Amino acid sequence: MDFLFYMGDVFTPINFGLLLLGTVGGLILGATPGLSPTMAVALLIPFTFKLEPQQGLILLGAAYTSTVAGGAVSAILLKIPGAPANIATTLDGHAMATKGEGAKALQLSFLASAVGGLFGVFLLIFLTPVLARWALAFGPSHLFWLAILGVTVIGTLDSSSVVKGLLSGCIGLWLATIGFDDIMGAQRFIFHPAVSGGINVIPALIGLFAIPQVITMLTKGRTGSNAEIITVKRHPIRLAFLEVIRRKTALIIGTITGSIIGLIPGVGGQIAGLVAYDQSKKFSKESEKFGTGHSEGVIAAESANNAMVGPSLVPLLTLSIPGSPTAAVLLGGLLIHGIFPGPDLFMNYPQVAWTFIDSMLIGQILMCVFGLFIAGLAARVARVPHAVMAAIVLGLAVFGSYSVQNSMGDVYVMASLGLGMYFLERFGFSAAPLVLGLILGPIAEANFIQGSMIANATVGTGTYFFTGWLNWALIGIVLVSVSYSIWMEIAQRRYTTKEEAVAKEEAVS
Amino acid sequence: MTDLPRTQHIIASGGIAAVGVIVAYISFTQEPADAFIFPRLISSVFAVLAIWTFGKAVMGRTKVGNGISGEAMRNMLPGLIVMIIYVFWAAKALGFYTATTITFFIMLSLYDPAPHGAFASWAKRIAITAGFLLVMYGLFALLLNVFTPREVFF
Repeated sequence: MDFLFYMGDVFTPINFGLLLLGTVGGLILGATPGLSPTMAVALLIPFTFKLEPQQGLILLGAAYTSTVAGGAVSAILLKIPGAPANIATTLDGHAMATKGEGAKALQLSFLASAVGGLFGVFLLIFLTPVLARWALAFGPSHLFWLAILGVTVIGTLDSSSVVKGLLSGCIGLWLATIGFDDIMGAQRFIFHPAVSGGINVIPALIGLFAIPQVITMLTKGRTGSNAEIITVKRHPIRLAFLEVIRRKTALIIGTITGSIIGLIPGVGGQIAGLVAYDQSKKFSKESEKFGTGHSEGVIAAESANNAMVGPSLVPLLTLSIPGSPTAAVLLGGLLIHGIFPGPDLFMNYPQVAWTFIDSMLIGQILMCVFGLFIAGLAARVARVPHAVMAAIVLGLAVFGSYSVQNSMGDVYVMASLGLGMYFLERFGFSAAPLVLGLILGPIAEANFIQGSMIANATVGTGTYFFTGWLNWALIGIVLVSVSYSIWMEIAQRRYTTKEEAVAKEEAVS
Repeated sequence: MTDLPRTQHIIASGGIAAVGVIVAYISFTQEPADAFIFPRLISSVFAVLAIWTFGKAVMGRTKVGNGISGEAMRNMLPGLIVMIIYVFWAAKALGFYTATTITFFIMLSLYDPAPHGAFASWAKRIAITAGFLLVMYGLFALLLNVFTPREVFF
């Protein structure tokens, strides 16, 4: 029960103030279409430099949690999901709002988010120490395969094309090798002085997530947000509580689905929300009402996308393998404070680890309370013209990446990667595997070299890397995820014409 | 899929394939060899996948990725040019705050849907720009003590 011991640290004035700031700011940012949780967290990292490690993590964790929930506001009131995780919420949430039940939909969404989120964080609390103890048995070969697993699973499951997903991961792994080699001190791929020290992760993350969004906003030209905010009528919160209890099947399905999906690296909130919505519809006695403004749809989707937040951090905190792009950004936030997560995190930095986890627990409750109050304000912020949002994000990206090391080189790297990523995305490549490659590259290389040295002195490279049940299990998961994705891609292709695929992508983008 | 995205796919995947091949070539030819063991592993997979993608694009079998439409290109181009000038030249040459103010105002003027003929919309743009500059200065110069390049102006 270590988490109870450190609970008090969340309530120190600075920590609690940051938690409030992150929660309220995250709710507003989350409601803004185009500002994804990952991008919001990446842009916040420079603001944590002056803070203590746990304070920085509290701010980032609160922003992560509440941006996911805040996305429901614009999904319900504007029919524009604030983040991909809120796509399923739009289906019934907006229909409820048009029927005059906007306030009820918002209340249900925040209550379900809080329940799902709390369950997810409890899972994080109880699973993490167990996995961390187990992970102590991992050697260099296992950590090498884990890093490869992180890149391939995200590359195959997060992308619409397996080959392009894996290629994105390879580009990320290659980018991670730029700079000086750690062992020999040799220069590798230094084609410009800006990358002589290697590619710093924080400017790279800011560029990869923020700049494509800026350019996407620019492609819309001189258009404002035409979405009409639906005015909400008052609805007693007590009735919303009763409704959530009455719809407990949807809540349970959403919470469990989200938690399980959160544990799988690479499968994000969007999948969690849609799968939970689908399952809830299958098990519902009123399945015909789904899509017409049915409360179960909102409850299932929102409980799922917040339930995945806690479990998505389990691989990061125990194995230093970020399970999602946002977890990768949080890893960047840890690294700048000199903290490397892994099995010994809870022994070396228990205060940082437990205060962060506890703050996520309290953050879920704050998010629910404040979400209900600032939903109207958040919806108005969501209507800020694209031009203003693009200019603000660009300014923050430039200042934020410069402030990492006071280096113009970082700004050039940020902009170059961002510009490149926009064009790559237009051709079916995904940022998530590239980011994971960039972050896991050094881990994979260090353990590959270390493992090779051990292997050369003992059993040989083949035996060291390809035998043992843990190596087999990890290699097996890599092969299964790649094979499954290829099979799914072929199966989908069989039933989808090229024109349908293009039309589907246009609709998503 | 129209011919334009197909050509775009060929150009884009061709560029990536070229990068993949160059990276693989450098990895296998540079010394000391020990420093390039991991890059060799990565670049081999990188080059194979990139050539595969290029081959699919040439044969017109690419299904994922819609390319960039002419309208999107026309819309983004002015902003993109302003952004590139800001990042790669103005920020250092004019000072961060001056360059940011000018860029912010130009971006608003180019993309804000409010009418260009109305005085009120210009006053609003100037007010938003000034407000943004104040927030950025407060956050980065006063709160975070970030020492930005101060050249021509401040």
